[in-house]
Amino acid sequence: MKFLFLCFMTFGSVAIVLAQECPYSLSGTVIDFHDKTPLAGASVVVTGLDRQVTTDASGRFYIDDLCEGFVELEVSHPECISRFVRADVEDEESFIKITLEHHLEELEEVQVVGSAIKERTNSSQEETILSTDLERYTGNSIGDALKRITGVSSLNTGAAIVKPVVQGLSGSRVTILNNGVRMQDMEWGDEHAPNIDINLAGKTTLIKGAGALQYGGDAIGGVILVEPEKIRAQDSLYGKVLLNGVTNGRGGSGTLELTKSYKNGWFIKGQASYKRFGDLEAPDYILSNTGIAQIGASFSLGKNSFEEGWEAYYSFFDSDIAILRASHIGNVDDLIQAINSQTPNVVEDFTYTIGSPSQEVTHHLAKGSYYKRFEGAGKLSLQYDFQQNQRFEYDLRRGETRDIPSIDLRLTTHTISTDFRADASEQNRIHLGLMARYQNNSADPSTGVRRLIPDYDRYDFGAFALTEYYVSPSWVIDAGLRYDFSRIDARKFYQASRWAERGYDIDFNDLIIEDLGSQLLTNPVLDYHNFSATAGVEHTFGEDSKVRANYALAQRAPNPSELFSEGLHHSAARIELGDLRITSETSHKIAVSVEKDSEKWGYVLAPYVNRINDFVLLEPSGVEFTIRGAFPVWTYRQTDAIFAGIDASLYSQWTPTWRSEHRFSFIKGKDETLEGPLINVPPVHLENGLVYQNPQLRKLRIAVESRYVFRQNEFPENIEVFSPVANEQVVLDINTPPPAYHLLDLDLETRLTLIANNDLTLGLRVTNVFNTRYRDYLNRLRFFADDLGRNLALRIKWII
Amino acid sequence: MKLVQLSILSMAIGLLTFSCDNDDDTPQVVNEEEVITTLNVTLTPQTGTPVTLQSQDLDGDGPNAPVVTVSGPLTSDTTYNGVITVLNETVSPAENITEEVEEEAEEHQFFFSVGGGLEATTEYTNFDGDQNPLGTEFRIIAGSPSQGTLTFTLRHEPKKPNDGTLSDAGGETDIAVSFDVTVE
Repeated sequence: MKFLFLCFMTFGSVAIVLAQECPYSLSGTVIDFHDKTPLAGASVVVTGLDRQVTTDASGRFYIDDLCEGFVELEVSHPECISRFVRADVEDEESFIKITLEHHLEELEEVQVVGSAIKERTNSSQEETILSTDLERYTGNSIGDALKRITGVSSLNTGAAIVKPVVQGLSGSRVTILNNGVRMQDMEWGDEHAPNIDINLAGKTTLIKGAGALQYGGDAIGGVILVEPEKIRAQDSLYGKVLLNGVTNGRGGSGTLELTKSYKNGWFIKGQASYKRFGDLEAPDYILSNTGIAQIGASFSLGKNSFEEGWEAYYSFFDSDIAILRASHIGNVDDLIQAINSQTPNVVEDFTYTIGSPSQEVTHHLAKGSYYKRFEGAGKLSLQYDFQQNQRFEYDLRRGETRDIPSIDLRLTTHTISTDFRADASEQNRIHLGLMARYQNNSADPSTGVRRLIPDYDRYDFGAFALTEYYVSPSWVIDAGLRYDFSRIDARKFYQASRWAERGYDIDFNDLIIEDLGSQLLTNPVLDYHNFSATAGVEHTFGEDSKVRANYALAQRAPNPSELFSEGLHHSAARIELGDLRITSETSHKIAVSVEKDSEKWGYVLAPYVNRINDFVLLEPSGVEFTIRGAFPVWTYRQTDAIFAGIDASLYSQWTPTWRSEHRFSFIKGKDETLEGPLINVPPVHLENGLVYQNPQLRKLRIAVESRYVFRQNEFPENIEVFSPVANEQVVLDINTPPPAYHLLDLDLETRLTLIANNDLTLGLRVTNVFNTRYRDYLNRLRFFADDLGRNLALRIKWII
Repeated sequence: MKLVQLSILSMAIGLLTFSCDNDDDTPQVVNEEEVITTLNVTLTPQTGTPVTLQSQDLDGDGPNAPVVTVSGPLTSDTTYNGVITVLNETVSPAENITEEVEEEAEEHQFFFSVGGGLEATTEYTNFDGDQNPLGTEFRIIAGSPSQGTLTFTLRHEPKKPNDGTLSDAGGETDIAVSFDVTVE
């Protein structure tokens, strides 16, 4: 640890010795000629110097290490005509304002047309994390990086399984797209993390709420878009190497990415990463069996031009995650014992071995896409994608079954989609699309354990129409409609006793196709028709302020877990029961925001209220007895729920080098039917950061981040269960949240230029600096062990 | 609107291509392999009638509770040799899980606890390879006439050796059954 820090310091001092000769810098903004809106994602190339930067969300860019005199800039944006601009560099911090003509039809030159950082909706809340920020989380998961965004928390199973929670909602209510492909990776389970490698992402955008109907009608929580970096049409070979070493877990990760691009629009890109950690550590003990091994790779080939383009893309993800040994328990008494004991009941020596329980998930994703622009009409896109998700879960088993997984599910999905963007009119843009999907889930019977999720075929069809209407330069209205049909055709074996207990023998006896005595084979065919709609307005005022208001109606069909779950879940010591009667849930969400984004300071104030009718939740409903003892039964239930909260953020650029950032999120969730609090509502968060950034001092960046998580004081009542050990009814303290906690993180970064255009960035990130003991309400393993202790992560990025 | 037609056509072709599903693909039934349905305890005195205790839960993790039966009272001041049999009766013929438990003796242990005023003591009569208690065979000495509970707990991967209490042993509970027992 000391050694790493020393290395860092040594590099740091070398950096200072190699003082630069051209200390001048140029900053500026790129704005639209017509409506003066900032252009995000515009590329600014310093000709002759072969240096390129991209404008941020507010259209700003920054180029340092310039010599006195002038530079010629080539400024381009996917939706504008490129311009050459001469900029004078006369003082240490020159500024320039550049306008671009935003008019597609007159374009003659060939341009790269990809996904720039353009907002996907006008009236919804959006936030993008750029690759430089994502790289700071290279050894973590995508869910960890997303927590930087106000209103985002995570539902964890340990430290490695991180599911993003957006304004209190997660799982099937948060849609994730990997390079334009909607992930189909069994997102229904609480312990199923998104199967995306963070090192794959060039940038990640979160759209809160269901306003972005082009990606799906059921994203009641939000949409996460993970996208690769845009590839420019120029003859170039470039890439990066990213290495990361951590003390907590005693492991590391490495990523290699290479892109070859050609001036005629052809490109080929490959990326691979590997991560290996051993057991993680809490402040006082080893978290036995929490190692991880992960491989990610992606490959793409294509040709982009302004008029048409195509891409073939493949990505692979494999993760093997050990799950805290102490979390595997037998019955309610074991759970009571675990809750009462302050330390986990299994603490062994550190090891890299991934033992049981564990999960191994492999995800293949392949897509082919094509687009063509039609003069005076718009852009037509077509896409086919294929995904296969294979999940093995290993439990502690006895005898010959020891090495056989308890869960072996394979989910295969084919999707075709097409959309047309009519952008001929500057004032009114229309976006239409169609989608068809076929999905098959197959559960391997050789596990010797009754299937948790049955075999099923699922068919989806969706159609949407969206419009953006530019009323005036400062007013934009957007609206959209979407219809989705889905059919689940399942073949499920029910225990005869369960079939009767659920009352299915009265309602669903016609579904039985075979009676095997103790088990019944059934064939439920369930159809759902869902409608979604959105409408909103965006108004720009003053120099740099905005107001947005959006209403979104969204409907979500129940997922297989909500419908079909039936069995014992060991890590939670509970029996989980789905219900065939569950219908689609309907969300009505109103979100408003006031924003200011200036050089000196800015803020976002965004209250929202989300009323969800027939909200599906999983909660304790009673107790069942088996020969192992008593188990609490958790049943999926529908109720009317309301979520209301506010996301607020503020930043201030005190001086050119000092900046402070503040984020606050507050949410309340209420069960309207029972008039009580909802389960698993994220507690209030307050984050404060102080950043020192000096571009003249080898890009030195020092950031201190503080995170205070309040105690969740509103939670459903604990349940009473019979304890065979105590031989009486006892309160199972399963809902009581842990106390509030405060964590401090530190991030240091500097950049060295070893050879021209081969920058080396060195970074050191220390998380939980004070080695604080804490447990998080939204970590499913909080009953069993403390969360992670201090970690030092050293990262090295080499731009090739 | 040629474009729209084109897209609808391509969608239709796509749908037709992959909607030919394999309909008659009836999945194979899974009978739980390692579920424990039954605990049989036979208590045999040197003279007199044996007493049997049984807990049987034929639907395993299903909604039905185990059926617990005790064949009769224990006789006071008598020593009984106890033998435990653990079965999975969801499969036919029933699988004897005691064999697996005994094969992996180092990873298992039965615990006996006497509660609610019952006058009796227990001791282990079989051990694992490390000479730590296993407990599929044991002895129970019934004391003076009384009434109470006799609880059997099987732990998988407990700490071994342990101090004989469940809280020290840890591990995962495979069986936890209480019998109402009378000593006459």
